[in-house]
Amino acid sequence: MQTPTLFALLLLLILVAYGTGFSRAVGAARSRGGIRSLASLPNYYGVHTALWCGLPALVILAAWLIFDDAIIRMLVMGGLADKPDSISGQNLLYAQIQNMAAGKLIGEGTPQVAAAAEHLASLRQSGQWLQTALILILSLGLGAFALLQVSPEMRAREKVEKVLRAILMACACAAIFTTVGILMSVLFESLRFFQSVPVTEFLFGLHWSPQMALREDQVGSSGAFGAVPLFTGTLMVSAIAMFVAVPVGLMSAIYLAEYAGNRVRAFAKPLIEILAGVPTVVYGFFAALTVAPFVREVAQSVGLEASSESALAAGLVMGVMIIPFVSSLSDDVINAVPQSLRDGALGLGSTKSETVRKVVIPAALPGIVGGVLLAVSRAIGETMIVVMAAGLAANLTANPLESVTTVTVQIVTLLVGDQEFDSPKTLAAFALGLMLFISTLILNFIALHVVRKYREQYD
Amino acid sequence: MTDLTQKQVRERIAARLASRHRKEKLFRGLGIASIAFGVLAVLVLFTDIISKGHSAFLQTDIQLEVTYDPAELGIDKIDEESLAWANFDGVIRASLRERFPDVSGRRDKRELYTLVSNGAGFELRKRLQDNPELLGKTETLWFNADDDVDTYIKSLSKSDDGFLGRTSEQKVVWVQALRESGELKKRFNTTFFTNGDSREPEQAGIRAALVGSLFTLLVTLVLSFPIGVAAAIYLEEFAPKNRWTDLIEVNINNLAAVPSIVFGLLGLAIFINFFEMPRSAPLVGGLVLTLMTLPTIIISSRASLKSVPPSIREAAMGMGASRMQVVLHHVLPLAMPGMLTGAIIGMAQALGETAPLLMIGMVAFIVDVPHGITDPSTVLPVQIFLWADSPERAFVERTSAAIMVLLAVLITMNTCAVWLRKKLERRW
Repeated sequence: MQTPTLFALLLLLILVAYGTGFSRAVGAARSRGGIRSLASLPNYYGVHTALWCGLPALVILAAWLIFDDAIIRMLVMGGLADKPDSISGQNLLYAQIQNMAAGKLIGEGTPQVAAAAEHLASLRQSGQWLQTALILILSLGLGAFALLQVSPEMRAREKVEKVLRAILMACACAAIFTTVGILMSVLFESLRFFQSVPVTEFLFGLHWSPQMALREDQVGSSGAFGAVPLFTGTLMVSAIAMFVAVPVGLMSAIYLAEYAGNRVRAFAKPLIEILAGVPTVVYGFFAALTVAPFVREVAQSVGLEASSESALAAGLVMGVMIIPFVSSLSDDVINAVPQSLRDGALGLGSTKSETVRKVVIPAALPGIVGGVLLAVSRAIGETMIVVMAAGLAANLTANPLESVTTVTVQIVTLLVGDQEFDSPKTLAAFALGLMLFISTLILNFIALHVVRKYREQYD
Repeated sequence: MTDLTQKQVRERIAARLASRHRKEKLFRGLGIASIAFGVLAVLVLFTDIISKGHSAFLQTDIQLEVTYDPAELGIDKIDEESLAWANFDGVIRASLRERFPDVSGRRDKRELYTLVSNGAGFELRKRLQDNPELLGKTETLWFNADDDVDTYIKSLSKSDDGFLGRTSEQKVVWVQALRESGELKKRFNTTFFTNGDSREPEQAGIRAALVGSLFTLLVTLVLSFPIGVAAAIYLEEFAPKNRWTDLIEVNINNLAAVPSIVFGLLGLAIFINFFEMPRSAPLVGGLVLTLMTLPTIIISSRASLKSVPPSIREAAMGMGASRMQVVLHHVLPLAMPGMLTGAIIGMAQALGETAPLLMIGMVAFIVDVPHGITDPSTVLPVQIFLWADSPERAFVERTSAAIMVLLAVLITMNTCAVWLRKKLERRW
């Protein structure tokens, strides 16, 4: 049976199980004076039966779908007498076998491939049978087992609730699995990368040119993986962004919280927050087609040489993107400063700006610092704007009018398009990803810590 | 300081008062300037996009009198095979030659043929396929103009000279002739909404990308909403205060701030390399976006669970409900509007996301509209990214138009979220 049909059948079985569990409970209660004699309401008996009938079968089915291909491949490849050593060679051979089995291969394969294709087809056939049989037996057997258990004394509700609670907890653990998944994926590939390129060269090397030679004798593509130009590029773009976002974001938050009347607030706040909802690819387009030419023109009009893709343009637009982020976080902490502090300062005769600068801001400072750190981590991880507007050349420069490249840009350029998974070129992207993950993690951790610690003060 | 008289103090304060007031004004001015900068940025961004993109909703058409001449087509009957081999481009060329009979020479003729889009042949074929009785007859049809002509015509309305680009002087003469005789007109660009991607700007559309986005969002919604709500319920209502719970919470807060591209790396390494799922598929895109939006949904769902007052829980418990019953029957329905709002905002975020989808191969050049979640497809933001890289000038307006569509959808979603919150939220 095909998997979708099996799945549909399983759903039907679950419904039937619910119905029979329900009616059996009602039937058992009839002789004892109605459903009042049951330990739980009859629908809990139904759900209980349905859970027994469906849950294990569904879990097995999911596991089967995930590991099915890998196991079949192992069996097929294991049976081959003569196979290539390299992974890519094996992949090629297996793809050939698959195509042969699907009848898509044009021309004749070697006898070995033909035999393996037959083997593959028969394995798939029997796998399908095994799957159907296993799932149906499991679901019917456990369903029947649960039906036999139905009795007025059984505490069906408690059992169902226990299972529900376990499911809820499993969902909550998804966050942990995601983190572990991220760590594993970037860590393993990075370790493979560091086997071919030493860590010190990666971290301290000044030259980045990830093109690997296709042939040994090729010229000019030795592949250099010194990531310092990427780090400086990232830092420069982020610094320009923060240079725009922090003063503007902070001042607008202060104005909105301390000065603006209700009408201005109701108008300006949502308008600025629109900036937060604009997709980054739109900012990238804006930076590349409008801001970058503008920056270039201005620079040339004052006699400066500017490249068409400049760090300044990308940084400026990124700063605009981060303004609402800084302003809404600062708004929160400024509003959390107790009114009594302001009243005290005003009562001593300070002007409003003095109150803000000397009382409110110092009181809100940890929160603001936390917000700024979060904003920095966002700027570092921002991808589309720099991909579209900052350029690809790994220049080690301090001139914001030159084009620079960033960690995220390199990850994208290394991984977009077809690539094989063994070359240091693609693995380098994962090493960069690891750097990115670690640095943003540290920033977030400090920021959240600072924010939380501060919040406790006035509670 | 202590031996200052009250009068001296007053004088000192008065002396500094002017400068303090000046500083006050300056500070206030800075605040207003910041707000103005933010508002200005919004305005500039939107006017820039709209002024670049609005023209893409119009498309220049050229009228041609075509003859379905069996000799020119090279067929004598209508069936699958002969239609596939028929020379429809030849028919278009013949009718162009007929319209401009004084054009001679191979180079000039080749120039002439580029007046209309090279998708015109396909249109003609479809027309003949649907109406087989037309064979051998003549009719007048409108065809999409080539993108160079289109760009030139559109630029005429902005300045007198118009943008020539690759358009030659000769072509301008022909275009002017067509314009004066009314054989050239601008109409609403339906192609843009009904076609997939194309290398030819006049045939490129956002349909495939829109459908791809829809499938991807569907997968994201189906996975992330139930999981996110379940996780929020567990953390808010059931979780014991222990290290494990703390770990989960720290994890969620951190994941909310992890750069999106890192989720793309996860998708590439785990879903595509390890589980060997298909590249460029909305299924994988949806999975990656699920992981990315989960923290957002969990955090907002928890906030809305928190806003349900404890008295509701206590009353239900007092009536003998179990904790699970309290949550499922009472707390969850009350918290639902807030959760839905959070989900819509999370979906809007997922809809605008580009970077992680680049990693899992959704940058492919997709012409056909995908039919399922495992078909190769692209999404709207990625389509924008791809078009932004294209050198043709006509793609600039199409990119901006696609951005306008994307922004319109996003603004609608966010407005819905705000409306839902206002409409359904209960104040306790």
